[in-house]
Amino acid sequence: MAKESFFKPFYSVLVLAFVCSFLVSLASVGLRPRQEANRTLDRKKNILLAAGLFQQDKDINTLFSVIESRIINLATGEFVPETEMSVQDFDQLASTNDKKLSRSLSKDEDTAGLRRLEKYSLVYLVTDNSRLSQVVLPVRGKGLWSTMYGYVALDSDLRSIKGLAFYEHGETPGLGGEIENPTWLAGWHGKKIFDDQGNMALKVVKGRSKAKGEAASYEIDGLSGATLTGNGVELLFHFWFDKQGFKPFLDRLAQEERTNG
Amino acid sequence: MAETKRDLLLRPILNRNPIALLVLGICSALAVTGKMSTAFVMSICVTVVVAFSSLTISLVRHHIPNSVRIGIQITVIATMVIMVDQILKAFYYDLSKQLSIYVGLIITNCIVMGRAEGFAMNNTPKASFIDGLGNGLGYGFILMAVAFFRELLGSGSLFGFEILKLTSNGGWYVRNGLLLLPASAFFLIALIIWLLRTLDPDQQENN
Repeated sequence: MAKESFFKPFYSVLVLAFVCSFLVSLASVGLRPRQEANRTLDRKKNILLAAGLFQQDKDINTLFSVIESRIINLATGEFVPETEMSVQDFDQLASTNDKKLSRSLSKDEDTAGLRRLEKYSLVYLVTDNSRLSQVVLPVRGKGLWSTMYGYVALDSDLRSIKGLAFYEHGETPGLGGEIENPTWLAGWHGKKIFDDQGNMALKVVKGRSKAKGEAASYEIDGLSGATLTGNGVELLFHFWFDKQGFKPFLDRLAQEERTNG
Repeated sequence: MAETKRDLLLRPILNRNPIALLVLGICSALAVTGKMSTAFVMSICVTVVVAFSSLTISLVRHHIPNSVRIGIQITVIATMVIMVDQILKAFYYDLSKQLSIYVGLIITNCIVMGRAEGFAMNNTPKASFIDGLGNGLGYGFILMAVAFFRELLGSGSLFGFEILKLTSNGGWYVRNGLLLLPASAFFLIALIIWLLRTLDPDQQENN
């Protein structure tokens, strides 16, 4: 092999880097609309899964049409009228980067490791014969490695869980990744988030829950080998079902239901 | 090079299989063989990546400075893998979710790097492409064989279609839980290697 010049490695690497980064960005930009569409569809699917409305062979958009999406103000718990903010254009996760639409969390508040909290959140209402039957709420929180994104569906009593689904996370496959496991998620059905005093009382315990009777409805079996992910899930509930999260909204909704019903 | 194009394509499947003879690419073979469908998609992805990265590297092999060749190979491979990953995310979202990190990990699959360094650097683009294709198929063959047994005996199905009715669904077949665990692929790969080396003693190592 002929002796190489000193500069050849430098410029050949440079040329290669340019060509490769051009190709990668081309693929990324060109395919983004399709990927976004897939992601939206996947979120809808997980909302349906949490609400127990998902059917394998049916079109997701058709199934989703029974669900009403609304925007709420997290601090006051009030619905934001569609004329002020449009559900179509609202990107909740992107809004956490907007100074006007979010605030930074103090260390004490930030149990779920979010750093910034949006002021407005999407909620999904499921009605059955014009009565509210379920509320699906978007939640997220830090697990061991990653932020876990999911949906919690509450029953019409607004305190027991109808279902839970995580649609994005980066936990260890096979250990923390088991938060996606349908068998584990099925164990959440019927558990109560709030106790009789209205405090968040749900716990993810290590191993199998030994609680009996009333106490058992506040305990979730942990995932073996994934204690820290389990803690993350519990803290996520602590955060989102307290006053900085959906508590004001749920209280308001419960009051409205009472006056209407 | 006495090997014909046909040899290049077919020999890596049984005679010189990258998993069975060279014992490369074991990591992903454990991870994605729980179901036939994921194994199938993974096989296609790896085949595409090996074939095209070998082709690209062979095309520019005279311009790759010797001192940075490994870095250049890895960059080419990484680019291919990212493109495949992006395409999967755009068109087969569910599958890309199931394969999760393993598509990205094709970058570290030793077969791809091995073919680039061991073959494409010294051979014509056409031969390299066929060699890459053959090695991808060889990898795919083992993956599908392992996934066949794991899915059939572990979940009672093939490509998701029920073959043996599981007791949990009211059938007669008691599922073999071991085969659902990634480690079971080790046993199956070992059995395949044993079989191949018994049928073809040339593959046995000299003691």
